[in-house]
Amino acid sequence: MSFSVTEPSQRTKWFAGILVIGYAIITLVPLLWIIATGFKSPTDSIAYPPVVVFEPTLEGYVNLFTDRTRATEQMLEEAGPPTTWYEEIARERGTVITGQSRFGQRFMNSVIIGFGSTALCMILGTAAAYAFSRFRVPLKDDLLFFILSTRMMPPIAVAIPIFLMFRNLGLNDTHLGMILLYTAVNLSLSVWLLKGFIDEIPVEYEEAALIDGYTRFQAFYKVVLPQAATGIASTAIFCLIFAWNEYAFAVLLTSGTAQTAPPFIPTIIGTSGKDWPAVAAGATIFLVPVMVFTILLRKHLLRGITFGAVRK
Amino acid sequence: MTHSPIDRAALRTPPGMARRIRGLSDRTIAWIFVAPTIFLLLAVNIFPLIWTIRLSFTNFRVNRPNNAVEWVGLENYRRILSDPDVWNTMQATAHFLIWTIVLQVLIGFTLAYLINKKFRGNDLWTTIIVFPMMLSPAVVGNFWTFLYQPQIGLFNYVVSFFTGIDPASFSMIGDVHLAPWAIVIADTWMWTPFVMLICLAGLRSIPDSIYEAAECDRASKWRQFWTITLPMALPFLMLAVLFRGIENFKMFDLVVQLTGGGPGNLTTLTSIDLKREAFEKWRTGYSSAYAVILFVSVFGLASIYVKALNKVKER
Repeated sequence: MSFSVTEPSQRTKWFAGILVIGYAIITLVPLLWIIATGFKSPTDSIAYPPVVVFEPTLEGYVNLFTDRTRATEQMLEEAGPPTTWYEEIARERGTVITGQSRFGQRFMNSVIIGFGSTALCMILGTAAAYAFSRFRVPLKDDLLFFILSTRMMPPIAVAIPIFLMFRNLGLNDTHLGMILLYTAVNLSLSVWLLKGFIDEIPVEYEEAALIDGYTRFQAFYKVVLPQAATGIASTAIFCLIFAWNEYAFAVLLTSGTAQTAPPFIPTIIGTSGKDWPAVAAGATIFLVPVMVFTILLRKHLLRGITFGAVRK
Repeated sequence: MTHSPIDRAALRTPPGMARRIRGLSDRTIAWIFVAPTIFLLLAVNIFPLIWTIRLSFTNFRVNRPNNAVEWVGLENYRRILSDPDVWNTMQATAHFLIWTIVLQVLIGFTLAYLINKKFRGNDLWTTIIVFPMMLSPAVVGNFWTFLYQPQIGLFNYVVSFFTGIDPASFSMIGDVHLAPWAIVIADTWMWTPFVMLICLAGLRSIPDSIYEAAECDRASKWRQFWTITLPMALPFLMLAVLFRGIENFKMFDLVVQLTGGGPGNLTTLTSIDLKREAFEKWRTGYSSAYAVILFVSVFGLASIYVKALNKVKER
């Protein structure tokens, strides 16, 4: 190992490592607690002192996806013995499954609106970012600043007229309305990030392509797009995560058909009080994909959260 | 150099070919590419904003569409600014804003400083620390109410484990003294990694050569920290504060799920208050004026701050 005055000593490294790992473990506890609670029985979930070792059950997940009713003798006779593992779990609690809960549908809404708005946002954002990066657009700096400033408004402040506008256009509580709204909210992020990524691609590649007889459009999608693929992918994940997590607009503008999971999960209640294992199960299903995306994104995280202001 | 790349490319090729290269003119393409974005932003951001400003001078109520809409001038603004309840929510917001920023900057910077010591596996642990800020604030906030339950909540249990206080004797979200801190703790847990990441970038941008020079001059580590590390990381730190400041001024999802604004109005931040006025009491005109005041404050404070930030950067 070469000697360097700026290299921290082994002891400093150990000390720093222990403190950081300690913080990381503490910060993980609430997340692990969510995941663990999802596999607890209702009694275990509210036990005192809180239990760390418990017998895992899928009851929370069954309760999350189904509607149940307290079984009467007659109902049990009619239904016969349980045929599936989830019916068995419900029977143990003296209930029968009457149908699917709304969670599956709310989760699908999140998927449709998340992916729909991300796709639209990437198409519009890439085009605009390319134009801002390569062409002389009149009032370019003003337009770019305008795009950024749209993010400063509190969502509730713009929600009033958007609510009125959507009502007049019949877009309230529709997938299309939410997709358009989230696209608009995400455009500022995607234009700024993508412009940064495209700026980094040398202009010479396109010039070469143009001299070889490509048109501008061909040069754009055959030369620039493949070069910007990583940037586009990470920007897309940021847009997806935002749309996935968004709550304020969702709670104000959707109530049924197009309601996404974040406003729905907190409303899950059991027969007697809050069914925490079911809430935790819903939260787990909803949060784990984002954790996976975070790992994929780790190289571009900084850029994403600062609108490309910090590039490392 | 005023020629765009395509002009330069065109100049270097024979005229016949140049025309074929151009196809659509750059100007046209630029407009085709930018127009949809600008259109959508105008429709979903600027048009509503203008509408809000218009409504803010009226007594319009969404739930009574048949009432005559009257022009009331600045009446709404006067009522908001002279309403003690509004000032209480501003105070709650200020408390929340100041303490979250102080705690997040202190913890975030310390973490970044330690991670920058480049111990083995620091990348892995950085990614783990980042998890909370990527998650849905509403879903996580809702779960924090479970952690804060008296008696059965994990948070209360941990506190009682270390201090011996009876875990059933205090309720983080029900107690008037504790509730403002309950939201500060949850927000700090969630957003400290954000400050940490930006600080880390700042620390990593400081070239080693400066420290080497300082070592040659026999500057102590302590001195190096105050004269090199901190000043050079300051613009990044300020950027982090700017982002957190704007975000927490707008804070809605985490807190509304955590405390719902209670107990009483203690944790009713401005966004929560605005939501009640607009979507529960349906005082559309009044709440529009409220929204305009909020927007102007965020925008004004942010612009002043950015000016200060640029001054620091120039130094």
